[in-house]
Amino acid sequence: MKALSIRNLRKTYNNGFEALKGIDLDVEVGDFFALLGPNGAGKSTAIGIISSLVNASAGSVSIFGHDLHSDRTQAKTCIGLVPQEINFNQFDTVKNILINQAGYYGLPRKLALQRTELCLKQMDLWEKRDTVSRRLSGGMKRRVMIARAMVHAPKLLILDEPTAGVDIEIRRAMWKMMEAVNQQGTTIILTTHYLEEAESLCRNIAIIDQGKIVENSDMSSLLAKLQVDHFVMDLAQPLAAAPQIDGFKMELLTDKSLAVAVPKHSGLNQLFSELTQRNIQVISLKNKTNRLEQLFMDLVDAKTAGSQP
Amino acid sequence: MNHRIAFKTIVIKEIFRFVRIWPQTLLPPAITTALYFLIFGKLIGDRIGMVNGATYMDYIVPGVILMSVISHAYANVVSSFYSTKFQHNIEELLVAPVPNWVILGGYVTGGIVRGLLVGLVVGLIAQIFDDIAIQNWWITLSVAFLTATLFALAGFINAVLAESFDDISIIPNFVLTPLSYLGGVFYSVTMLPPIWQTISIGNPILYLVNAFRYGFIGISDVDIGLAFTMIGSSIVIMTLISLYLLHKGTGIKN
Repeated sequence: MKALSIRNLRKTYNNGFEALKGIDLDVEVGDFFALLGPNGAGKSTAIGIISSLVNASAGSVSIFGHDLHSDRTQAKTCIGLVPQEINFNQFDTVKNILINQAGYYGLPRKLALQRTELCLKQMDLWEKRDTVSRRLSGGMKRRVMIARAMVHAPKLLILDEPTAGVDIEIRRAMWKMMEAVNQQGTTIILTTHYLEEAESLCRNIAIIDQGKIVENSDMSSLLAKLQVDHFVMDLAQPLAAAPQIDGFKMELLTDKSLAVAVPKHSGLNQLFSELTQRNIQVISLKNKTNRLEQLFMDLVDAKTAGSQP
Repeated sequence: MNHRIAFKTIVIKEIFRFVRIWPQTLLPPAITTALYFLIFGKLIGDRIGMVNGATYMDYIVPGVILMSVISHAYANVVSSFYSTKFQHNIEELLVAPVPNWVILGGYVTGGIVRGLLVGLVVGLIAQIFDDIAIQNWWITLSVAFLTATLFALAGFINAVLAESFDDISIIPNFVLTPLSYLGGVFYSVTMLPPIWQTISIGNPILYLVNAFRYGFIGISDVDIGLAFTMIGSSIVIMTLISLYLLHKGTGIKN
């Protein structure tokens, strides 16, 4: 049994826009799965259909073996959704938001109170339980949405850009919370624009572009496909022009900063040896982009180029 | 899945919402209707004399109470459900395994409770100005309940179809208020010229007000059986329309 199984899922909006062009996707039980894609690729439509916020035009969605069409109640019971936008009642207290959500899932009051306390403590929000939600900071509002999605103990948690707009400290704290939730057995599907986040947290990944899945594999296999690493080097002395070294593509960013594309088969030793021969001293070295980000751009660019007339 | 808990959750949330803002929801009708009773019922009414065998005050009390029930049952659902749509917290309900009939039932029940509570407040205010007696409790309570249900459903449909805050004020201001004032609240249709009597027959609120008045003082310009048939059939039609809109996701799903 899969946590999520999607077959030939299509969505055409009333204005004729085809957001999903027949996607197939499987997510294993217990997985931490990344669903990535550029803006407008179809991620939110797919998540909208899985969480019953958007009506599909065709295809099937099954959640833990329950068909979303024919076994709707059981399928919905398995899902917790953290949407992109803040969508709770801003005039309600944090505690009431969770208790009401528990009630919608049929949890008796006593259990709803217990689950509310547990989830708020897990998200470090218990002290804020009686605060009216509009008075919370942005990061706290995001955590309220995660706590709300977990209050009925879903088997599948869908996080749609959960860390958008929060600072790095809170983002990293939220990563820890998400990892803890996953380790407790909850399957997680994550969409994010922070590819470092996906690379760090997720074991499997699908990339969606223009309504189609363009890549679907485990993270390590995907990263292994990256043939070239991009680095930025800070130099001790200024250069007038980028050096010409066979096998390495170089670009001078500033007179003391050099961008280098290093093919995996060449390696850094050869590069440094060539630079030393030219009397170029390197002070420091860093990745130009996150590895997944580079791969993501390569895949999406290749797809876009392929679709050009 | 226990849908009773989901239903109860929506109803409690809805009741807390309007009780929490009681200066906006419960106080204004008390003040407005107190002025109606003072000015129309007492100061002007004493000079009007009897209408169809009842004092003018006795004659207008049922209509004023029902007018409040109508406007508040409608207003509660239309404003609450539209706000829920506007803030996107309707998604909390759509994601959860809550059937459409539970969503509809929960919001409509919230509207009924507010409509009846406001009706009770207005009735108590009326008691200050006049010794109100109810001749037929069953007819009075059932008409109040069914009227609140009907207009809560109408408010729900308005909220589902509304695309802006303007859209939720058009029907109350330009349809409900004129129909209420022209629905025989302050006069008997027999006092109108024949042409206006004929036109008034097309006003549904005329039937509701007269049926309610019949419960209070045993006087009506319309047939009570026809009034109940009309209310009942309207409730069935509006329920079906509401469920269809929810099923299609009109205005609430992308």
